[in-house]
Amino acid sequence: MSLFNSQAVLLVAAVLFVLGLVGALTRKNLIFILISIEIMLNASGIAFIAAGSRWGQPDGQIMFLFILAMAASEVSVGLALVLQINHQHKTLDVEKLSALKDEIATEQDLASSDASNIPVATLYG
Amino acid sequence: MPILFYIASLVAIVSTIMVITRYNPIHALLYLVVSFMAAALIFLSLGAPFIAALEVIVYAGAIIVLFIFVLMMLNVGSETAQQEKQWLQPKVWIGPSLLTLVLLVELGLLLLKGKAATMQVPEVLPRTVSVSLYREYIMAVELIGFLLMAGIVGAAHIGKHTKRHLHRYLQADGTSKKEVTEQTEIVVNEPTTIE
Repeated sequence: MSLFNSQAVLLVAAVLFVLGLVGALTRKNLIFILISIEIMLNASGIAFIAAGSRWGQPDGQIMFLFILAMAASEVSVGLALVLQINHQHKTLDVEKLSALKDEIATEQDLASSDASNIPVATLYG
Repeated sequence: MPILFYIASLVAIVSTIMVITRYNPIHALLYLVVSFMAAALIFLSLGAPFIAALEVIVYAGAIIVLFIFVLMMLNVGSETAQQEKQWLQPKVWIGPSLLTLVLLVELGLLLLKGKAATMQVPEVLPRTVSVSLYREYIMAVELIGFLLMAGIVGAAHIGKHTKRHLHRYLQADGTSKKEVTEQTEIVVNEPTTIE
């Protein structure tokens, strides 16, 4: 039995969460972004534990268990994605990974994309 | 014990700052281990010994080891640290940091506005947690089992290295076509040289 100030615990959790958020926003490396997400999940877990021990109930600890399982599965899938991205693109820079972005069509592209101009042989080889 | 909590939270905050400012990923991971240990001490001082043990085992044990394995497979070196140093200019991080600092100050003001409840911290034993886990939360346990299963299958499927089989017209410059024709020429020429 010990006496705590309940606001101090929540403030620590908030500071840790914001530090993780800053890391996720400012870093460009995929590994660092995953690390920052782990920091944020851990900070939210601290808030859950604080709330659970505020009332002396086990529910906060159970929510932390679920966060733990979610973080474990998230980090395994995320690291598999990191490996695959590094294998295919040879980089971890998130700004280089823009293969889903549509290229801006120029006038020349629009003119040449007129289907009647292109013989079928060039389309299919 | 509150003094234990305050020291541990100070260590956690300082080591987390070190994590997000390191250039070398391995150094950041080592500081992350310290941060998780400090979080485990916070849990211990908040009366949650079971969660403190799980934090050390799962976070500082399993997840960090997973990160270190992947970093070893990625073969990061000193040039990665140089690149990180190049990316992490003050004009990159100062905008988001200031804006999130404003949000943190707002959150702190909101937290401090309510009256400070000095909370008694009774120790919640693992027995209580497990009885509640398998009585009220049994459905959630099954759902988290589904999630872990999906995570295993997804990681095994995504992490598999398969060769990409492109159609020969989609391959760059039709190089494979030329190779095939050269090989057939060699095979045709061989009998004449033997003779």
